[in-house]
Amino acid sequence: MSRDQILAKVRAAISDATPQLQRRAAAEARVAKPSRSAPPLQRVSRPTQELIEVFKYELGRQSANVIEAQGSIPQSIAAYLQEAALPPTLRCGSDSRLTRLQWRDAPTLALQHGPAAAQDDIGLSHAFCGIAETGTLALLSGPENPVTLCFLPDTHIVVVRRSDIVASYEDAYVRLRHLLGERRMPRTLNLISGPSRTADIGGKIVIGAHGPRRLCVVIDNTN
Amino acid sequence: MQPTTRTFKANAREALGDEQLQTALAGLPTGLVAQRAAARARLPEFDELRDLGRDIRNHTLDHLDQYLEIYEKNAIAAGAHVHWAATGQEACDKILEICREANAQLVTKGKSMVSEEIGLNHELQNAGLEVVETDLGEYILQIRGETPSHIIAPAIHLTQGQVEADFRREHSDLPPSRDLKEPAELVDEARQILRQKFLTADVGITGANFLISETGSSIIVTNEGNGDLTQSLAKVHIVLATIDKVVPTLEDVSVLLRLLARSATGQDITAYTTFSTGPRRPSDPDGPEAYHVILLDNGRSELLASQFREILRCIRCGACMNHCPVYGAVGGHAYGWVYPGPVGAVLTPGLIGIEQAANLPNASTFCGRCESVCPMRIPLPGLMRRWREVEFEQNKTSFQARLGLKLWAAFAKRPWAYRLASRFAASFLRLLAGSRGAVRNLPGAGGWTKNRDMPAPQGRTFQQLWNKSKRELSK
Repeated sequence: MSRDQILAKVRAAISDATPQLQRRAAAEARVAKPSRSAPPLQRVSRPTQELIEVFKYELGRQSANVIEAQGSIPQSIAAYLQEAALPPTLRCGSDSRLTRLQWRDAPTLALQHGPAAAQDDIGLSHAFCGIAETGTLALLSGPENPVTLCFLPDTHIVVVRRSDIVASYEDAYVRLRHLLGERRMPRTLNLISGPSRTADIGGKIVIGAHGPRRLCVVIDNTN
Repeated sequence: MQPTTRTFKANAREALGDEQLQTALAGLPTGLVAQRAAARARLPEFDELRDLGRDIRNHTLDHLDQYLEIYEKNAIAAGAHVHWAATGQEACDKILEICREANAQLVTKGKSMVSEEIGLNHELQNAGLEVVETDLGEYILQIRGETPSHIIAPAIHLTQGQVEADFRREHSDLPPSRDLKEPAELVDEARQILRQKFLTADVGITGANFLISETGSSIIVTNEGNGDLTQSLAKVHIVLATIDKVVPTLEDVSVLLRLLARSATGQDITAYTTFSTGPRRPSDPDGPEAYHVILLDNGRSELLASQFREILRCIRCGACMNHCPVYGAVGGHAYGWVYPGPVGAVLTPGLIGIEQAANLPNASTFCGRCESVCPMRIPLPGLMRRWREVEFEQNKTSFQARLGLKLWAAFAKRPWAYRLASRFAASFLRLLAGSRGAVRNLPGAGGWTKNRDMPAPQGRTFQQLWNKSKRELSK
């Protein structure tokens, strides 16, 4: 059987003097208690208020739009869509952080639920958290936030709570383990850092390759 | 893929005379090279992360059997089907079997160099399946019938004009009046065509940048989003990964992710980094119904046992080729197999044999730029030198090269003869150069001087100058 054959060859290749059991224990210990390997990064070793500025700045460098919602989030979204001359119909999942918003505040908007369909123009998701170090959104797939909303529609709008913006990837993993339990993952954890892009033709960067042409991040300041 | 590594010299000559290729390659220094330097400058911890990355990879290779078993256990617990394949053929057969079980007709593919290595498209097409590459660069190559010339920028050898001509030829319903002068218009055209493929595909195949033992996840790192449409819209997602891709934990992979995009394109992170674990959950409204992972060996366990083990630390960023003067002059196709540049010069002989690929480790000036930029600190020139030693030990070196080395050794072992000969050579070359200061045509080395001048020595040997300065100092 290929499995045993490959593993036997790998074991023979390692031919370490350390006994097998000891190597097993070392590997299992590392996986059971994951610890941060990277040094703290200067870029995000700063107070929370400044972290949010880093998050916004890094997202901007990656061609995303960032809105800090001052009043109602639906109103902010409606204003963004109007300014960008985009259609007012959004598709989102069942995330209560989105469905419970005061959509009456923005009567021009129409909300549809479920995974993305080919003709949908605008996908709306709620991020699990924001990561300041590289201006990255972390999203978890599921009925609350179907994964296709991140990739099929031309425009992707993502709401993230101000209190969910963390410094680094490692901080996001700690929160994820807390939420789902050790070693648990959703079908996809999507780290998104800007709209879709390519440089495959003549090395020139073009925004909007296969995924969204626009990424709009709405920071929810209410908590 | 049928290698043309044996004809490297002829391939390189042809590449040097190819004007379109030279135009396309001319953008490297101001493009990827400059972008990497800028990204590194923005992260003061970059070189410290390189040390950590190297240590993580070394630790993983020292415990590879363990981390593979832990990965497998956790992937299966999340609902994945894990298949082990010793050879490329086994992997192709397994993938074909999965496609048949799914009654697949259309297969979409994310970018995967391993799939090039095992000739997967060819196998699937022979079995009657329609296979569509969805990475824009790979799609362009597929309609041209070409292979990638770079591991992260597969169509780097092409100019925009060539792509426009390809689309006009292949997309038959394209009206001649349609403007395709801007890259954005070409991207739009491909986007429309490939949308239909994503929406109707039965099986989506991607590679994996990493596998994580802790969670049983596979990771892909992309900018276009094609890999995500490939894996989220098809009924079945197949991941093809070699056994060296495994990393212990999410924290470990973060160190590598911080290095990967910065070294590759100079981005801090790519637009999309996706961690996939198992198939869609019962309550999920989208995502694949089945998730298969093929763990492929295809020569990696032999490399692990060899003196070339360190090449398995490679995370396929492409920095070594971007910074290589040889790659910059001849491009990727001249190397004659899947992996070009310095990483290819070490990997290719290990995977297809030194007798086939001996030209590659010899196609290096040993300038050391590749090692200086490698995020995993792989000693690439040192490993290429070892391949030259293996070649020599196996008596595979050419007659002329052996004769030359013997001749050199004869002089090197006799200092008086060496001194005499170098004195003669220095004055002879100076005489030959005349007032130009450079030799335009060196007898016996016409190939070398055909494309460049040889700077002439100033007339005296190093030892003569050394002794002279010693005498002057003691005065």
